[in-house]
Amino acid sequence: MAVPFSYSLRNLWTRRTTTILTVAGMALVVFVFATILMLAEGLERTLVETGSADNVVVIRKGSASEVMSGVERAQAAVVEVQPEVAVGRDGRKLLAKELVVLIALPKRGNGKASNVVLRGIGPASLELRPQVRLVAGRLPRMGSSEVMAGRSVVKGFRGVGLNERVCCGLRDWRVVGIFDAGNTGFSSEIWGDADQFMQAFRRPVYSSVLFRLRDPREFSAAKARLETDPRLTLEAKRETRYYLDQSEIMAKFLRILGVSLTVIFSIGAMLGAMITMYSAVANRTAEIGTLRALGFRRRNILIAFLMESLLLGFIGGAVGIACSSLTQLITVSTLNFQTFSELAFRFTLSPAISAQAMGFALGMGFIGGVLPALRASRLNIVDALRAV
Amino acid sequence: MILLRILIRNAFRNRLRTGLTILGITIAILAFGLLRTVVSAWYAGVAASSATRLVTRNAVSLIFPLPLAYKDKIRQVDGVSHVSWGNWFGGIYVSEKNFFANFCVDPQSYLALYPEYILSDRERKAFLSDRKGFVAGRKLADRFGWKPGDTVTLKGVIFPGNWDFVLRGIYRGRDRTIDETQFLFQWEYLNETVRQRYPSRADQVGFYMIGVASPERAVDVAGAIDRLFKNSLAETLTETEKAFQLGFIAMTEAIVMAIQLVSIVIIVIIMAVVANTMAMTTRERIGDYAILKTLGFGGRQIALLIFGEALVITGIGAAIGMALTYPAARAFGSTLSNFFPVFNVARETLWLDLGAALVVAVVAAVIPTQRAIGIRIADGLRRIG
Repeated sequence: MAVPFSYSLRNLWTRRTTTILTVAGMALVVFVFATILMLAEGLERTLVETGSADNVVVIRKGSASEVMSGVERAQAAVVEVQPEVAVGRDGRKLLAKELVVLIALPKRGNGKASNVVLRGIGPASLELRPQVRLVAGRLPRMGSSEVMAGRSVVKGFRGVGLNERVCCGLRDWRVVGIFDAGNTGFSSEIWGDADQFMQAFRRPVYSSVLFRLRDPREFSAAKARLETDPRLTLEAKRETRYYLDQSEIMAKFLRILGVSLTVIFSIGAMLGAMITMYSAVANRTAEIGTLRALGFRRRNILIAFLMESLLLGFIGGAVGIACSSLTQLITVSTLNFQTFSELAFRFTLSPAISAQAMGFALGMGFIGGVLPALRASRLNIVDALRAV
Repeated sequence: MILLRILIRNAFRNRLRTGLTILGITIAILAFGLLRTVVSAWYAGVAASSATRLVTRNAVSLIFPLPLAYKDKIRQVDGVSHVSWGNWFGGIYVSEKNFFANFCVDPQSYLALYPEYILSDRERKAFLSDRKGFVAGRKLADRFGWKPGDTVTLKGVIFPGNWDFVLRGIYRGRDRTIDETQFLFQWEYLNETVRQRYPSRADQVGFYMIGVASPERAVDVAGAIDRLFKNSLAETLTETEKAFQLGFIAMTEAIVMAIQLVSIVIIVIIMAVVANTMAMTTRERIGDYAILKTLGFGGRQIALLIFGEALVITGIGAAIGMALTYPAARAFGSTLSNFFPVFNVARETLWLDLGAALVVAVVAAVIPTQRAIGIRIADGLRRIG
């Protein structure tokens, strides 16, 4: 017959101080574990949602991001006439030749400069990116020094509010609109007319060409033709793939950091659980002897103590996950190493992360409890009963 | 002396528990030390920067170049002693995983500006006289097993194509804080090739490194340079090398903050573990304390016993942890040398370790002490277990 579950539960309650301290240690470990995974997840999700699967980005071969890339006008024109490019309702190609440059702007918090993406767009750019919605002001007119700023930029940087002027390239760019692109990288960008930017920044080449596929299945055909064309030195990627690649190093860095930190932390928390459980066993030697004398088997005792320590882990895990879910309200804005520009993203708690964190907590409870529980189950009945 | 013996005896009354606690503290102090070292490695560029060097770059952002013609104008500014220039090349060696910093620079003036990079005269001469030559830091050369005379090919990301270089020298840092993982080659090599392939991008430099005669004049000189190019096609932004490096770090501030936060969290976790141990110890020994009180010892002595015991436990753990920090940092630093070129344990880190151990001990002992002092003698004597 098994030792009742309430026995374990009430034991924890009797030793409240110790239980709370152990649970607090575990909860902190789970909290750190979960938040770092959430950060990596948020970064990845932001960049994945930035792309759309039937869009294709064409950049110069060998360049890792749009900023380093250069596509000459003649080459862009060759891309434009590919048969796979979709045609919009107004009969024009759904293709945008874009220019991307970085400008340094002061951050709102400390006034230190950070890099912001300035994207020169074409007429089709907005249709190619349905995530982008105007939330204030109006769209910038093509052929003028008007720009619109993404919401994260407006929130994070000084001097880019509605009707303010951003000064660079010997020109003043008037912010006439603010757009929201949801949880995507575009929210961290400023958009204006590509041809105007080319003049102002003296970059006679585009950075990338973006087009919608007529049929999503034709990607490999288009890619093969573009990359083997001797006139071109370009490579084509699906937009989703392109943005995923840009989060790769950063997400990997965060994951490695997170996992190695939590492994170290968890050793501390496991030791805590072990100390608690050993003392629980030591304090209850006579009790264990009584249980054995009543007819409970070694196995039952083992399970009862393991259960107690798993409960510790479970409570710690639950508290940790609950606390980490609160961080979802926070938006982080930092420099992406790969694109060298600012990107805002949120902590994102996914069911997979919750499951991992809970598994981790239970694992800590199990490892911390298994040795003490073994000791409890191995006690000799007579000796245990004699102990005071 | 007797007090210390009592404290140690007390601490080791329950060997298993104390052993586990000490192990926990050791790991926490080790982790704390490593994290602090990561943070200081992040700031290594700032620590190694000189107060007499200025960096001039395009005011719009780092990706925009400046014309080469500026060098003569800058040289005329009062207070400027050296002018050198270069470009971030951003080449990839075999695969993206092998990241290291690679620049092209004007070799003569650049080496003059950086006396902390030590090259033998023979190597210096060989580097200066070979257009395709490059010098690499000692750690970088060791990492890939390059020897002088080897040909190394980088794949250009910003400047497309495959670029061949010949190793002409391996520099050493003047001391341990100098980055020994850089790859420097001749700016002229890049410029000549760029002029053939992309004439519009020729004669452009990414940044100017400027030496000033004395550090006090640095700010004035920086202002004078920026005024010189105000309202031109390429306005400049001149900062001290330190401010420039700090600007880089500010961009990744969120990550540094996270690491700092985490290093505090680990101390809090270990505080919970030690507090737990101390709570258990005092609970077991309530009877002892009651007897001590009966004998006439006051609350102060009992507090001393409990605080002392906590200090003994954390002290031993911290000492082991600090001793292990050095070998761990060496192992860590050599595997992560491409992320952190300079990875040294600072003396300050050890002081912080000690401080953290002290705080943990004190905080962990407060509540148990209160309980031990507050208990009435009769209650304490009556209690079992």
